[in-house]
Amino acid sequence: MSALEPTIQTAEKRAGWAWRPFALTLPALVLLAAVIGYPLLTIVLRSLSEPEWGVQNYAWFFGAPVNLAVLQRTFTISAWVALVCVVCAYPYAYLMTAVGPRVRLVLVLCVLIPFWVSGVVRTLSWVILLQDSGVINSLLRSAGFAGIRLIRTQTGVVIGMAQVLLPFMILPLYSVMKGIDLRLVQAARSLGARPSRAFFTVYLPLSLPGVYAGAIIVFILALGFYITPALLGGPRSTMLSTLVQTQVLSLLQWGRGGAMGVVLLVTTFLLLALAAPVMRSRHREAGRR
Amino acid sequence: MEMKPLTRVVLGLVSLLVAIWLVAPTLVVVPMSFNGNKSLSFPPQGFSWQWYENFVTNPEWSTSFLNSLKVASIVAVLATVLGTLAAFGLDRMKARPANLLRMLMLTPMVVPGVVLAIGIYAVYLDARLVGTLPGFVLAHTILALPFVLIAVSANLEVFDRRLETAAASLGAGALTTFRTVTLPLILPGILSGLLFAFATSFDEIIVSLFITNPYLKTLPVQIFSSITRDADPTVAAVGTILLCATTILIGGGMLLLGRERKGRL
Repeated sequence: MSALEPTIQTAEKRAGWAWRPFALTLPALVLLAAVIGYPLLTIVLRSLSEPEWGVQNYAWFFGAPVNLAVLQRTFTISAWVALVCVVCAYPYAYLMTAVGPRVRLVLVLCVLIPFWVSGVVRTLSWVILLQDSGVINSLLRSAGFAGIRLIRTQTGVVIGMAQVLLPFMILPLYSVMKGIDLRLVQAARSLGARPSRAFFTVYLPLSLPGVYAGAIIVFILALGFYITPALLGGPRSTMLSTLVQTQVLSLLQWGRGGAMGVVLLVTTFLLLALAAPVMRSRHREAGRR
Repeated sequence: MEMKPLTRVVLGLVSLLVAIWLVAPTLVVVPMSFNGNKSLSFPPQGFSWQWYENFVTNPEWSTSFLNSLKVASIVAVLATVLGTLAAFGLDRMKARPANLLRMLMLTPMVVPGVVLAIGIYAVYLDARLVGTLPGFVLAHTILALPFVLIAVSANLEVFDRRLETAAASLGAGALTTFRTVTLPLILPGILSGLLFAFATSFDEIIVSLFITNPYLKTLPVQIFSSITRDADPTVAAVGTILLCATTILIGGGMLLLGRERKGRL
């Protein structure tokens, strides 16, 4: 037996594929195939086969102006959310790198607390804040202003979504900013650049990978948002997810709903593929250090 | 980077506003939960405990809460076991297949919720799993798996494999080595994975909305349908309870962690 063991080991090495680690991942992979792989395959097949085989459902989706309007709106809202997140996260993440450990802990907690609060409850609080008889409007009215319409508008949806997604922007941005060598900025200063020039020509370009990474993550997550637009939005701020749900649950149009779902899925993966090189290069740089 | 005083003040103010924007909105559910009227309008009128009472006594609310606890507990255990096994497997594999499999296992995080939901709904309709406990558990487990995988993998990455070799060279069998050396060292990762898995399941709504039926509802589904149906302040009471529970959990965890660190010094 003991004479056999080394032989087995070398055989394993020669094959370059040890079966034992693979066996450990097997239960997870089986569940993944059953609960993610098979359902997604079902949706793709249904989009191509109901009511009959062909690309009719895709033709319908891209042929109807209403659908294209929703698709465009989904992109517009997601882009706004990403923009709001970049603008809010940049100074915040920068401050996180510039303060002492105690204040940094408080800032980190402020980012992480929302992660821990139930998503539905957070959306509920936005309903309470934004509704016509809500906090913002009653404050405006008591200050003598006219109330403004926030709920069931695109603005309301963007405000709510940006708050939910902001942590996904702050954290990658902070991890990039933390790694920026501030001596480069000092060098620029010592060569006579004014602080603003040093910022725009040295610091900002170095922080851009973090901005890209965060913005793409936020944009992708925003594309698939369902709960927030459903509760804060109205008929004129419908996003793609809501349309998918209506087709499947209310109209029982599995083919059309499936086709929309596939469009959403493919867009998401294309954007991820676009983002991967940026994130990988960041990873490599971090490794070098 | 040095800053002018004015820049510093502006930066601080903007960040303060962002921090308030992140944390404060959720707190609005607290005053609303003591509303005397059945309305979610601001400001609340009067004071009463009736919405908390309703949460406890109304079977619609209490059952959905218990359902969520049940599902999330099973999911936490199942996802932690599967995720920890997978993390070990990936850690001991060659880099190329490991990266590929890891990417596959993280897909549940990036697939848009609704797409996954209609897919699972379609499959569950055929398999008669809609509105069943196994149905909820399976769907939530796969959604929680990535979090366990990330937490445990992060711990394995800094784990020194030579410790295992040392234990083995001193005569410990594979199981003893795992139990006395490996497990205690990666336990923090496993525990945080467990917590994340529980939270993911307890909070999951999109897939749940599709695979629910009147016989089995989870708390988020109940909250969602209550918000869309009428302005029942019970949702605010539930929100306040959840807020308190998470605060105690995180606060307690941080205190424990802090004490442990101090104890080590």
